[in-house]
Amino acid sequence: MKDQYLKWLLIIPTVFVLMFWVIYPLLWSLGLSFYEYSIMGTFAVKPVFVGLENYLKVITDPSVWHNFKVTAEFIALAVSLEFLLGFGIAQLLYKEFRGRRIIITLILIPMMLAPIAVGVFYRFIYDSTFGIFTYMLSKVGIPEFRWYTYEWVIPCVALVDVWMWTPFMMLIILAGLTAVPTYLYEAAEIDRASWWMKFRYITLPTIKPLIGIALLFRTMDAFKLFDALFILTDGGPGNASEVISLRIYREAFQYFHTGFASALSYILLVIIIVLTNIYLRFLTRRPVMARVEREVEV
Amino acid sequence: MDKHVKRNLVKGVKYFLIAIITVVYVFPIYWLIVTSFKTRLDMFAMPPKWVFNPTLTNYLDVFVERRYGLTPTITEFPKFLFNSIFISLASVAIAVAFGTLAAYSFSRFELKGKDTWLFFILATRMLPPIAVLIPIYLMYRTLGFINTYHGLIFLYVMFNMAFAVWMTKGFFDEVPRELEEAAMVDGYSRMRAFMKATLPQALTGIAATAVFCLITSWNEFMFAYVTSGFDTRTVPVSLARIRGESGINWGIITASEVIYVLPVIIFTFLMQKYLLRGITFGTIRK
Repeated sequence: MKDQYLKWLLIIPTVFVLMFWVIYPLLWSLGLSFYEYSIMGTFAVKPVFVGLENYLKVITDPSVWHNFKVTAEFIALAVSLEFLLGFGIAQLLYKEFRGRRIIITLILIPMMLAPIAVGVFYRFIYDSTFGIFTYMLSKVGIPEFRWYTYEWVIPCVALVDVWMWTPFMMLIILAGLTAVPTYLYEAAEIDRASWWMKFRYITLPTIKPLIGIALLFRTMDAFKLFDALFILTDGGPGNASEVISLRIYREAFQYFHTGFASALSYILLVIIIVLTNIYLRFLTRRPVMARVEREVEV
Repeated sequence: MDKHVKRNLVKGVKYFLIAIITVVYVFPIYWLIVTSFKTRLDMFAMPPKWVFNPTLTNYLDVFVERRYGLTPTITEFPKFLFNSIFISLASVAIAVAFGTLAAYSFSRFELKGKDTWLFFILATRMLPPIAVLIPIYLMYRTLGFINTYHGLIFLYVMFNMAFAVWMTKGFFDEVPRELEEAAMVDGYSRMRAFMKATLPQALTGIAATAVFCLITSWNEFMFAYVTSGFDTRTVPVSLARIRGESGINWGIITASEVIYVLPVIIFTFLMQKYLLRGITFGTIRK
């Protein structure tokens, strides 16, 4: 067969899957977002076209604003902590020492685990009567700590996310650090440059784009927080930890407000698409990436 | 202070910090594993028991249900475990097969609008899954895909598609084109040259891609929860049933969790070389 046809034939299966399972559903839900409809379809309720009413409902609903606020709090807390810790840990693990590889691998395990599994075992750890977390806090002078409260639930959920995803930040920053050509440091050493000068003028410029990518990536992912939260808090107490994706799930599969849920998921989608575009713009700055593509031994 | 002493002090502090971080990281997993070997009494002991007599009862309970006065029966867990394994393996086989073909095409040929296609594929992975959950549920209900293996398998193929294309493309890019060109000069067709010359070179990379896809499928929860039924329920969905329960049987839960996460932990160790590539879709190379 001529390459002319072959090259398209090879990508057809992939494109078909993505069209049928992504594009088609997305168009469908865009349509649904303009209808008053319920998926409790056993009673065969006919969808009614309501135009932008669902979107108006979403925007004017104060509890949706609460969902966004909770999501924003979670993201701000989790991502900033992940960045600071990830950066610190990367600095510690940058230089070669015995057992470095094994320690890096151990630290990377959490992010490979299923969020649902992590949610389950953190429930065990957080438990107020026999949980080891509560026990340890009581040992350091915080007796009877209750995590499932209006004030503490988001920080505690963020903590789980920090445990899972700091390694991601660490790994990317580590890749950036190892990509800095060592001769630059050697030259700076000769000039008797201080630690800060080296960091400011050599390290930072190299890893800056990578930090950007890591932050964006985590922010995007944090918007999708669902599995672990579903098990850990189910949005509670009350709706204290009801993030945006959980709200969509509830509207769609518990209250059966299909149109409303579709409109809300479209708003979320637009936010993520904007973030994705920023992310992709970062990635396509090839010259920067080329430096990182050097073989790095982790 | 003596420069030498100072340097040693800095080093000491550094190793101390590294030790603490490692402990903090490993501890929750350690605690999970340890708990799964405890008796009910030891599990809830306050202060927590660090030393105890390990027991395998919890693991037995995961598989065999023993009620007083009744003959022991096999639990549902083996079925869920089978479902998880079967659905993950099948979806990965399809995703990697499709993805490899597409990746080869993207890597070797000039395609009209290639970058747009690649961006489109990557973008599908960035979308929040919840955005397509409702229409997929409706679509599946119409098509009768709810509670079927193929329904879940193809969902996971979709999840892994973008990743499979991007990762394997990276590996194909590293194999010199001359290899298959030489094979074609020898009279091989394009496809045979690909199978005989290029594919074997990229095989380790493809295997690594497959393992990452396997972990994604294995870990997926939301779609399985919404579209699977009793026959096709996967392990994460069965774990989710503890939600809101007050009298949770933590012995069984922790033991089944260990069974569920252990393969992933082992894979993480085997895959450490590819981790950075894996988690960034191969867009950042190590």
